[in-house]
Amino acid sequence: MWGVITRPESIPDWFPGITSCTVEGNIRVITTASGLEMPEEILTNDPLLRRFAYRITAPMYKFHLGVIDVIAIGENDSLCVYSTTAEPDVLALIIAGGTRDALLQIKRLSENGVRE
Amino acid sequence: MGRKILFITTDQQRYDTLGVNGGILSRTPVLDGLAAEGIRYERCQPTSVVCMPSRASMLTGQFPSTHGAWMNGVPLAVDAPSVAENLHDAGYATSLIGKAHFEPFLDPFGRYVENSLANLGVPTVEQDWFDGRRGVHRGFDHLEFATHGVMGPLHYAKWMKANHPEALGGFYQVLDSDLNVNAAGGGDTGAPQVNFNDVPRDWYHTDWVAERTISWLNRQNGDQDWFCWMSFPDPHHPWDPPKSEIGRVPWREVPLPANYPERADEREALIDAKARHWRAWYDGTLVSNYEAPAKWVPATLTADQVREVNALNAVEVELIDEAIGRVMKFIEAKGWGDDVDVIFTTDHGEFQGDFGFLFKGPYHVDALMRLPLIWRPARSTKPQAGVVSAPVSLVSLAATFLEVAGQPAPVWVEGASLPLSDDDARARSFDSTVTEWDSALFGVDVHVRSVVTASHLYSEYKPGTLHDGSEGELYDLADDPLQRVNRFSDPAFLDTRATLHERLLAHEERPGERAEPGVVMAPV
Repeated sequence: MWGVITRPESIPDWFPGITSCTVEGNIRVITTASGLEMPEEILTNDPLLRRFAYRITAPMYKFHLGVIDVIAIGENDSLCVYSTTAEPDVLALIIAGGTRDALLQIKRLSENGVRE
Repeated sequence: MGRKILFITTDQQRYDTLGVNGGILSRTPVLDGLAAEGIRYERCQPTSVVCMPSRASMLTGQFPSTHGAWMNGVPLAVDAPSVAENLHDAGYATSLIGKAHFEPFLDPFGRYVENSLANLGVPTVEQDWFDGRRGVHRGFDHLEFATHGVMGPLHYAKWMKANHPEALGGFYQVLDSDLNVNAAGGGDTGAPQVNFNDVPRDWYHTDWVAERTISWLNRQNGDQDWFCWMSFPDPHHPWDPPKSEIGRVPWREVPLPANYPERADEREALIDAKARHWRAWYDGTLVSNYEAPAKWVPATLTADQVREVNALNAVEVELIDEAIGRVMKFIEAKGWGDDVDVIFTTDHGEFQGDFGFLFKGPYHVDALMRLPLIWRPARSTKPQAGVVSAPVSLVSLAATFLEVAGQPAPVWVEGASLPLSDDDARARSFDSTVTEWDSALFGVDVHVRSVVTASHLYSEYKPGTLHDGSEGELYDLADDPLQRVNRFSDPAFLDTRATLHERLLAHEERPGERAEPGVVMAPV
């Protein structure tokens, strides 16, 4: 599971609606299916903590922080916790729906053989 | 060659905005003419008084509690039943041009087909169908979308940005910086969601929808059967029609609605007799739903603001009528005039000043629940013109389209095809309709079920943020057509209330398979 999360360029594979992205240093720019480009800042990509944290810096968000933690809970099992805080409320609601479906896709990808 | 179907919808249009329904502000000769040739329904109800659940019911022939898109922001499952799939199977060319809204508008990630199609540059995409096959999205060969302005990724907005960028600034900004429905006032009176729009009429979305419809129809050969859903975004707020047209209805000359008592104490007494969320919204202490501006307090609404909103609304209704006239003229010129069924309706109503409110929400009264519905059957069928006074519902549309196409109604359709007369309505037991409301957003939930019969309108409030399950509203439509006197607790109406309660119970317990309720992905 961490093998999926840790690659910033993998986000089009698992976040619904993101069709492509570019990554330069700690800046990732995602492009959505509606043609919108949104810049993001990668804050943490820590293989020891297995934590990936990022901010969407597009002006429509007054605040955004996404944190993905991968926690080993057994020899072959992991718990993925994807937390998002966002303002305004309306965008928080929208990103919550995306996060929910992203988790499902991360699960599918992980179970289909992407290994750490 | 069979009967072709032109299905025309508007958004948020009251019953009494058409001349043929007694409206006095708008001139609607085209729709009045269709009604004179066909069937006019005097009491058509939506399954929901907001867009997404109601529109999903038109497509599926199911109530929101069955199709699963139970509030705005809950997408209709992509493989939900769709009457367009059945028509497509029957050989119909199928299109939807204008406002769809089966999927959330607020979708910056473009997760939904409606929001990504214009960017993809294709007329449709392949998706899963209800019966397990794959086919064109929800059964439509051709999709071109528009909504209430020029923001966002839909076809009309992209067309405006590409061709008329200088006119974008004339449109009202529907959402504020927090992406809530904007409360900013404009026009002469400062009414919310009102704006003087410098856009030339030809570039406004009403004319765009008509022109794109004509363009699609023009590509169909003469013998091809077709189903075209022409869906105008107006007269839904914002009220920002082209400024060149607003002189048609001078707002200072507009009479106040019959259900807008000018004295605040009189308005407030009427509201206080209803369920408690009415007064909470009026005072601005609780906004129960996203569809009205969160920062607008209805108690601040002035009589002049009501006049100006109603004037601009009437202008938008006239522009729609003229746009429909252009499409009908094209259909006649193509030689299809005798073979086309035309059905006109809307998804829900609008307060327009009734009881001191604008917009909509969980308030089940005629302002939001009584809809215009006209069916002009193909002239080749020699239709009998008439008026149906029995209660009917938009849930009947899907079965009606299939009947026109000579197709059987599938088992998933919950509404029978529309009656052709009151005799037909009696014979087929069209005696009541149900409207549902469920919402749960930002910590507030409201749940209402209403039943309308020829004589009464009855609502029950289930437990929620403000209601404990004991409240309700009951109106006698004969003695109290404006629904001012709530008889819910009147001992003289106990039997009536019990009978109507049984109707709601029967609705809740109706047989049939229900989809899993969808997840709220956005507020709208």
